[in-house]
This record gives sequence, C-alpha cells and structure tokens, in this order.
Amino acid sequence: MIPIEYYLSLSAFMFIVGVVGVLTRRNAIIVFMSIELMLNSANLTLVAFSSYLGNPIGQIFVFFVMTVAAAEAAIGLAIIISLFRNKKTVNIDEINILKW
Amino acid sequence: MIPTALEFQLLLPVLIIAAGILISLIIEMFSSKSEKILPWFSIALFVSTAYYSLLTVGHERIIFNSMLAAGGTANIFFFVFTFGAAIVTLISIDYIKKIGMYYGEYYILLQSAVLGMMLMANAQDLVMIFMGLEQMSVCFYILAGFNRKKIKSNEAAMKYFLLGAFATGFIVYGIALMYGVAQTMSIPAIANGLLIYSDNIIFVAGLLLFIIGFSFKIAAVPFHMWVPDVYQGSPTSITALMSTGGKAAAFSSLLIIFTPLFATTQSTLFQPYLVVIATLSMLLGSIVAIAQTDLKRMLAYSSISHAGYILIGVAAGSELGIASVIFYLSAYTFMNLGTFGIISMIENKDEGNLSLNDYSGLGNKKPMLAALLAIFMFALAGIPPFAGFFGKYYVFIAAIESNLTWLAIVGVLSSVISIYFYLRVVVVMYFQKDENILNVEDSSPALLGIMISALLVIVMGIAPGSIINLISNFVK
Repeated sequence: MIPIEYYLSLSAFMFIVGVVGVLTRRNAIIVFMSIELMLNSANLTLVAFSSYLGNPIGQIFVFFVMTVAAAEAAIGLAIIISLFRNKKTVNIDEINILKW
Repeated sequence: MIPTALEFQLLLPVLIIAAGILISLIIEMFSSKSEKILPWFSIALFVSTAYYSLLTVGHERIIFNSMLAAGGTANIFFFVFTFGAAIVTLISIDYIKKIGMYYGEYYILLQSAVLGMMLMANAQDLVMIFMGLEQMSVCFYILAGFNRKKIKSNEAAMKYFLLGAFATGFIVYGIALMYGVAQTMSIPAIANGLLIYSDNIIFVAGLLLFIIGFSFKIAAVPFHMWVPDVYQGSPTSITALMSTGGKAAAFSSLLIIFTPLFATTQSTLFQPYLVVIATLSMLLGSIVAIAQTDLKRMLAYSSISHAGYILIGVAAGSELGIASVIFYLSAYTFMNLGTFGIISMIENKDEGNLSLNDYSGLGNKKPMLAALLAIFMFALAGIPPFAGFFGKYYVFIAAIESNLTWLAIVGVLSSVISIYFYLRVVVVMYFQKDENILNVEDSSPALLGIMISALLVIVMGIAPGSIINLISNFVK
C-alpha cells in the first residue's frame, strides 16, 4: 500500500501550484482553473485521510466540495461571459476601471 | 438518530427562510408581477424570522446530531441578518427599478444569501460552515454582477468571484488538514481534543489556512484587495448587505471556531496573527479612506478599518471580547445599512452622484436625508451617544482587560484619524456651496428603512448596557 505521506505531498504540491497559478496568471479562465486545482487538491487530501483513517466523513465531504465547485464553475463562467460581452477581454490586467 | 419535533421547532428561523425561498420561486414562476409581490413577501419573511429568533433566544440547545446550534448567540445573529435584510429589501424596492435591474430573482437571491449567513452562524460542524459560506458567497457573486449591462458591475462580480473562490480553496484545504488530525468535523468534538491537536503542526497549519480564508471574507488587511473594487462596483443595495450581513456571518463563523480555543490554555495561539491583521486593517483602512473621493469606495475602506476594530475583540478572546464583537457587528450593520440606503437614494440611474462633491448643499435641498446621513456618519466615526461609540468602547475595554492595552491605543488613534473623513461628508453637506443640480427621487420605502436603522443606532447608543448584558448571558 502506498503510504499516506505520498498523497499528502502530492496534494500539497497541487495546492501550491494552484495558489501560484492564481497569483501569476492573468487570464481569468486560467485563474479559475487554478482555483479548481486548489479545491481538487483539498479533495485528494480528504480522500487520502478518509481511506487511511477508515472514516467515511472525509469522503462525504468531498461530494459537498464537488457540488459547490460545480455551482461555482457555473456562476463563474456566467460572470466571465457577461464581462466578455461588455469588454471583449478576459485579461485581468485590462479589467481595471475601478480604481482611485 | 431521527430529529425530534422540538428540534424542528427550534430550527424554525432557518426553516421559514428556506420555505420562503421555495415559495418565492413558485411566485416568480407563475406570476407576471413577481417584482411587485416578492419584495413585500421577503420583508414579511425576514421580519417574522427576526421576531421569532428573538422570541426563542433563550432555548439554547445543540440539535440535528450536533450539526447545528439553536438559541443564544446564533439567534442574535439571526436577528441581525434577517432584520438587516428586511431593511435592504426596503432600500431595494425603488433602487433596482431606478438602475434598471428590475427582476424578481433579485429577492430570491437575497433570501438565499440570508439562509447561507444563518447556517454559518449556527453551524456546529465544519461541513455546515462550509455549506453556509458557499451558499452565501455564490448568491453574492450573482448579486454583485446583477446589473449585467453595466461594466462596473461585471468587473466587481468577477473580482469578487475570483478572490472569493480563492479564499474558499484555502478554507477547504484547511478543513481537510484539520480533519486528518482530528478525525472528525464536529466542532465540539474537535474542541474536546484541542489541547492535544494544538501541538500538531498539521492541525495548526490547517487552522491557520482556515482562518486566512476567513480573513478574506471579513476583509482584513492584507487580504482586503478585492473590497474597494467590489464595494464600489456592485449595486449599492447589494454592497449594503455584503458589507454588513456578509461580514457579520464570516465573523460569526470565526467566533464558532475560536470560542472553544479560548477556553483552553492555548487561548493565545493565534493572538499574534489576529493582533497583526487588526492593527494593519485599522490603520490602512482609516488612512487610505482619507484619499477617497467616491463615497462608496470611502465606505469600503471604512469597512476594512471596522473589521480591524472588531478583530480587536476577537483577539482579546475573553467573554467580554466575544460579547463586544457581537454588539459591534449589530451596531455596524445598522449604521452601514442606513448610510448605503441614503447613498442608494441619491445615486442616479447612470450610477452618478456618488462622489463627495455631489453631496454639497444637501443640507439645504434635502434636510431630512442630510440629517440622517449626519447621524450615521457620527455613529460610524464613534461619536457618542450613537451605537458606534459604544461598539468601540466595549471592544477597547475587552482589549485592556486582556492586557492588550497598546492595541486599544492603536484603535483609538485610528478612530481619531477616521473622524476626519466621516466628518468631511457632514461638512460638505452643510457648509459647501452647491455647484450641481441634485435630483433626488423620493422613495418612501427606502426612507422608512433608513429611519428604522437610524432608530436602532440611536437606541443602541442610549441603552448599550442592557443590550451587552443580554448578549453576555449567551456567551459562554
């Protein structure tokens, strides 16, 4: 059996990749993909712990997280589309009419 | 275990709102005049829930297999959320017609957001906190971008969405790490083993990530960068709810997590973190607000600095600290709702009339509105005898009792700075010559909502002692 440390390291790595992606990428859709990567790394952690501890709560929570991620994807893409209709860009640096 | 009838009865505030959402959906589906019916239906729903929450505030109990709490502080938060949402609905009635987003769905989303806030305030399980938070946030993402023809609203929605989802990532990962150590998501169960877990680096890292995620939601520096843009770009009525109910809900979840921690010998584990973000939020919010000319953006920075004051109460970690946080949140809710209500009345349909100079001469043209706005500005600045003063007073007392005197001094300094930009609004209204023609459309529902908030601000300022005693009874 693969030790749990491997899963935890992989998910920590995925989480960091997601955070770095959010902070460095400038395309709204890629930023959003990075956020999904963060959520999925949390899911991997939950499933690994759940299987390792023999405790089902973690796996149940993963379903909640997946549902929420799906809802967020629907809302997020809708917001990006409505922005694109008005502005014709999804580059975060160009979306800057609000500032002082 | 099957829940008993009593448990359903104790959960009635949440159930009323949930049933109301379903009924509103049916009204919206079958009625062509849903925009006219739904606001009054929502107000009835919110007010009856607020009344029932206060009525059952003494029935404290853990219900639904220790998933939710009923009574006590949860019900006080219910009252703040639902009564605040009722005022927001009153403000919205004419406002959404004016700026061209006159759809019935608006009220359904408002109700759903309030349901999410309520679940955050009475959760006893990390799953419930997460679900409540997401229910609230997803509704706010939509509402922030509700005016979808306006690019400002689009931009606010996208920034709010990206940063909000980013914070959610932190919260979920934090929950996952805490679960791995504690083997449970039930907060009372985690609280029982807190002394053992708090030596475990994975658990502490998880808790820290969780708290960082919530620092985004409460708009504390350095996680505040979305706040000014989102508050400025969103429809004003939504900004009103986001800056009050949304913030209060995030703080209620933080209190649920922190209260068991305070009871242990490890109570100062996160104090350095809280003290640092409280100091930064207070000072940065107050100083940057001075430079703002747009009133909504100025209030966004003021909201950041208020988050700092509230964090002082959380950092104090005593019973008085928690009670003062709840008092401050209720006072802040009604002060801010009134202010945004007045801004939404003065705003014109092209989202103009929002800068400070547009308010010049308001004292002559609309004496009523100007007087009310002056009350709210005095209250936000923390000038007695209004609610804002006593909110700050109790928070600072709590800090001094917990040996955080210097933090209270920083708080006093920051509120002295903040008096400048709040009173500037009053000066512009009464003493500056008016160069522009201000057309304010009268709106009696909005005026009613603003007057109710003013009344509450004054009542909380006149009788703060009895209210803080009521809250303290329920803080363990």
